[in-house]
Amino acid sequence: MTKIEITVNGIRHSREVEDRTLLVDLLRDHLGLTGTHVGCDTSQCGCCTVHVNGRAIKSCTMLAAQASGAEVVTIEGMASNGKLHPVQQAFTDCHALQCGFCTPGMIMAVAALLKDRPHPSDEEIYHGLEGNLCRCTGYINIVKAVKQAAHVMQGK
Amino acid sequence: MFEFNYLQAKSLSEAATFVAANPDAKLLAGGMTLIPTLKQRLAQPSHLVDIGALPELRGIEVKAGKLVLGAATRHHEVAVSAVVRQALPALAYLAEQIGDPQVRNRGTVGGSVANNDPAADYPAAVLALGATMVTTRREIDAGDYFQGMFATALEAGEIIVRVLFPLPQRAAYAKFPHPASGYAMAGVFIAETKTGIRLAVTGAGPGVFRWSEAESALTTELSPAALEKLSVDSADMNEDIHATREYRANLVKVMAKRAVLKLLES
Repeated sequence: MTKIEITVNGIRHSREVEDRTLLVDLLRDHLGLTGTHVGCDTSQCGCCTVHVNGRAIKSCTMLAAQASGAEVVTIEGMASNGKLHPVQQAFTDCHALQCGFCTPGMIMAVAALLKDRPHPSDEEIYHGLEGNLCRCTGYINIVKAVKQAAHVMQGK
Repeated sequence: MFEFNYLQAKSLSEAATFVAANPDAKLLAGGMTLIPTLKQRLAQPSHLVDIGALPELRGIEVKAGKLVLGAATRHHEVAVSAVVRQALPALAYLAEQIGDPQVRNRGTVGGSVANNDPAADYPAAVLALGATMVTTRREIDAGDYFQGMFATALEAGEIIVRVLFPLPQRAAYAKFPHPASGYAMAGVFIAETKTGIRLAVTGAGPGVFRWSEAESALTTELSPAALEKLSVDSADMNEDIHATREYRANLVKVMAKRAVLKLLES
């Protein structure tokens, strides 16, 4: 067993978990944050994307122990004071989801992309979302949502 | 995953001593290959010794004409580093083409070079530039380091500390990525050095290799046309569900030409 001290969405947690516990399992099973999804469980689909110390990572491919001491943000930490994050709002406005399964990871990946590239070109959006798969939308509206979010966030 | 004990190494010497004394322990840096391997139960280490956060393995600098990358430097850090972009922009570009953003935020240069996946990107740059792996025990030249698919000169318990890349006059990387995984189906790194052109190929064969005929032809005439009459032997290429040997042999030539063009434009 290993002791994990972790800050998730601004709240500090302390847990004893098996050494082999994945970060996504800590989030979902131990902390009840089931907004982070497990799609493929093989580091390909990106549904489990969260931010660790400000960077997007696939939480199915990181041990909880590796994240001990880190600041983690999940989809549950994106809205503030009852107001959706601009990326969440853009996904809603642009109908950038159908079944919604990939959406939490997609939103975390987009938020990270916009931190690195506040004004992404189409090419940069495609390259920046290579780690996330959506099997419904064909990505057209997701790309629209990224552009809307970028536009809204620039205005701030 | 089978059970294992996780240890966060406090120093490089502690990690080196531990893995030397525990033959079934494995080193963990970014984990981008090791964790998926463990999840498929393809390995059963007794311990994972996490060296990913050791300050001794981090850092990017230019020193004595060489770009020095700490082994635990992450691909994203290489891709955006002002130092790398200035000194060796082809390497920043290569790092930016690895996997996807989430992988680049975790994976490390040392991990890639230690694993020596035949389709990994870094080995092409290491071999083409004639880089040196500085380990906990010695220095290993790229020419002696790569020993075929997933095989390297590293001994049990030996840890890569940093990689030294001699700075070329110019360099370029061209890759045909597998559209799903991002791994190289064929990737060609070309470097123009004082002693001539060096060219290394990843992804296409069972391990990274130098294409010496292309090196001589390009040293004589640095243009894509110089490669026109050359070909790599398809018998030496990998064949799998994604591509035949002949297709990969052709990709090597196409990527080599693109790399030459990029080098000329740089």
